Amino acid sequence: MTVRVLLPRMLADCTGGRTSVSLDLIDGATVCAVLDALAAEHPVFDRRVRDETGALRRFVNVYVDGDEVRRLAGLATPVPAGAEVMVVQSVAGG
Amino acid sequence: MTTTLLAIGTRKGLWLATSEDRGSWSLSAPHFLMTEVPSIGIDTRAGRTRLMIGVRSEHFGPTVVHSDDLGVTWTEPADGAIRFPADTGAAVERIWQLRPDADDRPGVVWAGCEPISVWRSDDGGEHFELCRGLWDHPHRAEWGAGYGGAAAHSVVPGPGGTVHVAMSTGGVYRTRDGGASWQPRNTGISAYFLPGPAPEFGQCVHKIARDAADPRRLYAQNHHGVHRSDDDGDTWTSIADGLPSDFGFVMLADPRRGGRIWVVPLVADGQRIPPDGRLAVHRSDDAGGTWQRLADGLPTDEYNAVLRDAACVDAGDPVGVYVGTRGGEVHASADAGKSFTQVAGHLPDVLCVRAAVLS
Repeated sequence: MTVRVLLPRMLADCTGGRTSVSLDLIDGATVCAVLDALAAEHPVFDRRVRDETGALRRFVNVYVDGDEVRRLAGLATPVPAGAEVMVVQSVAGG
Repeated sequence: MTTTLLAIGTRKGLWLATSEDRGSWSLSAPHFLMTEVPSIGIDTRAGRTRLMIGVRSEHFGPTVVHSDDLGVTWTEPADGAIRFPADTGAAVERIWQLRPDADDRPGVVWAGCEPISVWRSDDGGEHFELCRGLWDHPHRAEWGAGYGGAAAHSVVPGPGGTVHVAMSTGGVYRTRDGGASWQPRNTGISAYFLPGPAPEFGQCVHKIARDAADPRRLYAQNHHGVHRSDDDGDTWTSIADGLPSDFGFVMLADPRRGGRIWVVPLVADGQRIPPDGRLAVHRSDDAGGTWQRLADGLPTDEYNAVLRDAACVDAGDPVGVYVGTRGGEVHASADAGKSFTQVAGHLPDVLCVRAAVLS
């Protein structure tokens, strides 16, 4: 299946300048699998959004078709075929 | 021509200042704007100048970057310089300290981090390995968090396998076997905020430094208390007499001259401002026996603190002294503190400064 991932512009220097990618994943893939696929190509990007325990950083949010995954099953949230996954920093700091 | 580099880490970025005479300074545009820079290491060994920067984004976490061309380009290992091993279940929150080791150990760099941990690099700061001896220490569960976080904020390598660290809160620990085993070394350092007599560990030591001439002599700025040890940290005695306050965060030792140290007193832990609102450094040339107040060129209306790493010395002759405030001012002295000139103002809170004389 194919999913489209929107990436934060603030991290474009870690993704070769890309702010969106399409990924081919096995059916039933999770948000974790999406991030793992991104990490394989963009390891620095992965360190920006997940710490070394694999947890999503506190002020990084991931949405699957508009739903924030912390309100679902976190990184275990399933990603349907054709879904749009958005990775975006929350409003924090100043 | 000699150039002095002064790296200024703030809450919202890094600035690099250079000077030919340590009196007139040129300030760069900001690097890593809108990210915190709590630690800087300048490594002038091995025939090159390497800047190592601990960067921390509120959103995207901490990392270490380095530059071998004075900040023109920055490099970051893809797999990260400092990463807790998976079995620890921990994640780095902030890199508090990046400290090149001695000249006879080129490539060795130490890091102190939050959560409380000490790390060693053997490749010039590109990759660090966790010091398991300290991480697995039976005291670790009892170490606490200072106001700024639970961190090993001071790493002071010494001769042979000796390294002293200071942590908030836990106090001073020493290894003599290169980091395999660590013992608390706080005898004589108070912990007035705890009931009963001073404990073996748990002190809130703010900064430690090693004497240039006698490596067994150390100095400590404590959370109330200024101390010296003449026996490698085994025991500490007060050297606070003659200071306007025994509170502060800074402890600097002259890299050239034994017995010369600087502190930047603040009124008290409940009043973290310079005494009388007048910023001053206090220097001792006799290992804390007597103190001299030095304030020529420093602001006389200053109500910001100088944080533990927001002061440093260079290795020039005479030695240069640098202080940065939480109000974003940075001051430099080219004469061991006798007089200061302002390097920068209106920066974000200064978290750390490091200086090096480049040939």
